[in-house]
Amino acid sequence: MSKKLVSISINGKKVEEAVEPRTLLVHFLRENLNLTGAHIGCETSHCGACTVDIDGQSVKSCTHLAVQCEGSDILTVEGLAKNGVLSAVQEGFYQEHGLQCGFCTPGMLVRTYRLLQENPNPTEAEIREGISGNLCRCTGYQNIVKAVQYAAKKLQETATA
Amino acid sequence: MNSPLKEREAALMGIGESRLRKEDARFIQGKGNYVDDIKLPNMVYMDIVRSPLAHARIKKINKEDALKIPGVLAVLTADDLRPLKLHWMPTLAGDVAAVLADEKVHFQMQEVAVVIAETRYAAADGKEAVQVEYEELPVVINPFDALLPDAPILREDLVGKTEGAHGARHHPNDIFTWQAGDQAAADAAFANAQVVVKEDLLYPRVHPCPLETCGCVASFDPIKGDLTTYLTSQAPHVVRTVVSMLSGIPESKVRIVSPDIGGGFGNKVGIYPGYVCAIVASIVLGRPVKWIEDRIENLSSTAFARDYHMTGELAATTDGKIQGLRVNVLADHGAFDACADPTKFPAGLFHICSGSYDIPAAHCTVRGVYTNKAPGGVAYRCSFRVTEAVYLIERMVDVLAQKLNMDKSEIRKKNFIRKEQFPYTSAFGFEYDSGDYHTALDKVLDAVDYKGLRAEQAAKRADPNSKTLMGIGLVTFTEIVGAGPSKICDILGIGMFDSCEIRIDPTGSAIARMGTISQGQGHQTTYAQIIATELGIPSEVIRVEEGDTDTAPYGLGTYGSRSTPVAGAAIAMAARKIHAKAKKIAASLLEVGENDLEWEIDRFKVKGMDGKFKTMKDISWAAYHQPPEGLEPGLEAVHYYDPPNFTYPFGIYLAVVDIDRATGETKVRRFYALDDCGTRINPMIIEGQIHGGLTEGYAVAMGQLLSFDAQGNIQGNSLMDYFLPTAVETPHWETDHTVTPSPHHPIGAKGVAESPHVGSIPTFTSAVVDAFSFKGVTHIDMPHTSYRIWKELKKHGLNLN
Repeated sequence: MSKKLVSISINGKKVEEAVEPRTLLVHFLRENLNLTGAHIGCETSHCGACTVDIDGQSVKSCTHLAVQCEGSDILTVEGLAKNGVLSAVQEGFYQEHGLQCGFCTPGMLVRTYRLLQENPNPTEAEIREGISGNLCRCTGYQNIVKAVQYAAKKLQETATA
Repeated sequence: MNSPLKEREAALMGIGESRLRKEDARFIQGKGNYVDDIKLPNMVYMDIVRSPLAHARIKKINKEDALKIPGVLAVLTADDLRPLKLHWMPTLAGDVAAVLADEKVHFQMQEVAVVIAETRYAAADGKEAVQVEYEELPVVINPFDALLPDAPILREDLVGKTEGAHGARHHPNDIFTWQAGDQAAADAAFANAQVVVKEDLLYPRVHPCPLETCGCVASFDPIKGDLTTYLTSQAPHVVRTVVSMLSGIPESKVRIVSPDIGGGFGNKVGIYPGYVCAIVASIVLGRPVKWIEDRIENLSSTAFARDYHMTGELAATTDGKIQGLRVNVLADHGAFDACADPTKFPAGLFHICSGSYDIPAAHCTVRGVYTNKAPGGVAYRCSFRVTEAVYLIERMVDVLAQKLNMDKSEIRKKNFIRKEQFPYTSAFGFEYDSGDYHTALDKVLDAVDYKGLRAEQAAKRADPNSKTLMGIGLVTFTEIVGAGPSKICDILGIGMFDSCEIRIDPTGSAIARMGTISQGQGHQTTYAQIIATELGIPSEVIRVEEGDTDTAPYGLGTYGSRSTPVAGAAIAMAARKIHAKAKKIAASLLEVGENDLEWEIDRFKVKGMDGKFKTMKDISWAAYHQPPEGLEPGLEAVHYYDPPNFTYPFGIYLAVVDIDRATGETKVRRFYALDDCGTRINPMIIEGQIHGGLTEGYAVAMGQLLSFDAQGNIQGNSLMDYFLPTAVETPHWETDHTVTPSPHHPIGAKGVAESPHVGSIPTFTSAVVDAFSFKGVTHIDMPHTSYRIWKELKKHGLNLN
């Protein structure tokens, strides 16, 4: 199958690769770029384990083609920490026990990152609605909600500091 | 205790501390190492051709078109595995299961052929190109139909076999008939009973559905003859033994590694055809082979749970004292008996079904049958059919209460095993180690203002315009976990002990290796806490490793809430061996007798002399530097712990639901869960496990179902249809606890992660039925979806438009 050149910025780094047009973004990230944070849990865009951020939107990379991302700016879980310092959302999940097996966590973190950009001070109902595209089988979400609240608070404190 | 002592103790972060998890750093940075993250040089990919039919003869398999596809390396069928005698494999339940369908398929989505290719995409292309001709056969989906005299024979390979692994087979589709308890005593209780109740209860077929599917990377080294397989297994050592037995490769040359596991919940205990095929393919091709199933394959073919058709009966006095219990179960095991239970128990520990109650006479019969469905019958976040048992007894006690017009809490108090009766031997022969049910129940009833709730419900019922029906569910369950004593529990003949090896380094840090494997339970965190308290070494410098059979001591793995009851005990015992040696070293260093020493948090000190002591750090150095005469150098220990008994955690759960009379939608207004798991190692992790278990219980009760049409087509095998709750519908959980330590466990711990699943499911049913009980409804089968509830509302004229 003939390949097509794609040029994408991933976690601030420019990537140029030739891919089969049918290559799913999640496979491109995981297999071509060794960014294995995004996981595959369902292939039908229900579970959200593959969530990445494309041009400021949460996207399920298991139902998105790599070639659709030409010229895009992508953020994955690997890009959340800056200079070895955890982001507020990562810290929140750690402090509030917002993860167990960790399989949903990368998608959940990337989604939370975007949610808090969209709504910096969400209510519990807004958090639950905001992460409803990401399934977790372990935590029952209660501590994930706390983790998001922790991150929201921390981000606001940093913004006003 | 004065404050420096407290500080020293706190610095250890030992038992009882809500220590943050060691596992998290890698997971929150996308650096977990799950099986699909593993990439080996020269690796190829495998995909599976599956049957579209539930029961059919295979007439012909044509591989040619598939082999023409660029990148496709091989296509294997049963005929290719036959010379290796690997086209069938033994199951954990004493049956055999087809690895690749041999002449006939027995369920839809059964494995028929595998395609190995250079890339994942080429393997998928190859799979589409394999052509299989089938001749359809009559399908049996209903387990009752399977036992009709003229039912089609499903397992032709067993024709003429009148004895199965668990006794006589009375019908070609029979697997076993298993009994426990005293039938004569139970029958006598019923013959003399003042009151008898009987109810049919279906525990439908569901699936554990961890977020990560199953898979493996098999890598055979043709030069060395070694086989390494990375595999999503909850029991890597057992897998290694089975792989060695099947392949003929000496066990010492087989290495199974369970990497990070994205949830198991019982789905990752068994050995699946995909694993066997990937291993064979790697041996044939001399290259690493990766196989990762997709979600539809996971829900359709890897182990389901439950599918128990139960009939319960209680005999009682008119004032509500239970005299007898009788249970009859028809168990649908699917095409092969691949339940993952201890060998001697084809229905697992189902005979814990007398629950938390002092029932003098009890008997149960479980009959297992074959149908054209996927094999399985695993413990979905529970201990070997305990979920089914608890559902049965808790539903039956409610039914009896209704019949006698007694309150659910009153009938339970009347029949509870009393605190002073422990250790208590049940009519089924289990010795309950400890419990205090009355105290726990009162605590919950007070916390939720039970009387107030009942008053509110009465007011709602009196109001014909009420938009909702209110239901109160109550469950007072006892689990049985920590399988198990090897005199009665084994898997393939291997006793269900577990193990721990601890090495203390010269500088006082430690590494512990375990026979279990975490799938999110946080073993790296909590196991270290046990060692910290036992040995006075800060948990921060204790590394815990599991899952690699090359380095970890042999253990039976993590399922059935056995990690803390069995492996947790092994840790304490290994630590105590080290402690004993450390004491000898300390006595020598302090030039006193061992009897002159006392242990204090992190050190041995001379009795009554605070200034004369040796810390574990001092002792560790001395063990390697200059051990006392007569003692060998080093400071390490291994312990294989064979538990003397199971442990019996319990809980009291109460739910309040509001059912919308227009839509049938059930809102969980309140869910109060009190758990008693004995000694609490890490309260933060316990809470997290309980939240997760309750949520899985909510999923099972309210929506999960693997259903089939008459042709055996599985309906709802993707996340489009199979219910996994999102954050929106998941209720808020309130948790509470009492602490009744296990008297036989070295640190008094009982295990916790499965109780909330086991206990919550009947609580939801109890609440839903309670809402309708004033209409004489005694039971409603799961799942309690809005549509089903709406139909129930309609049936009783309760629906609003």
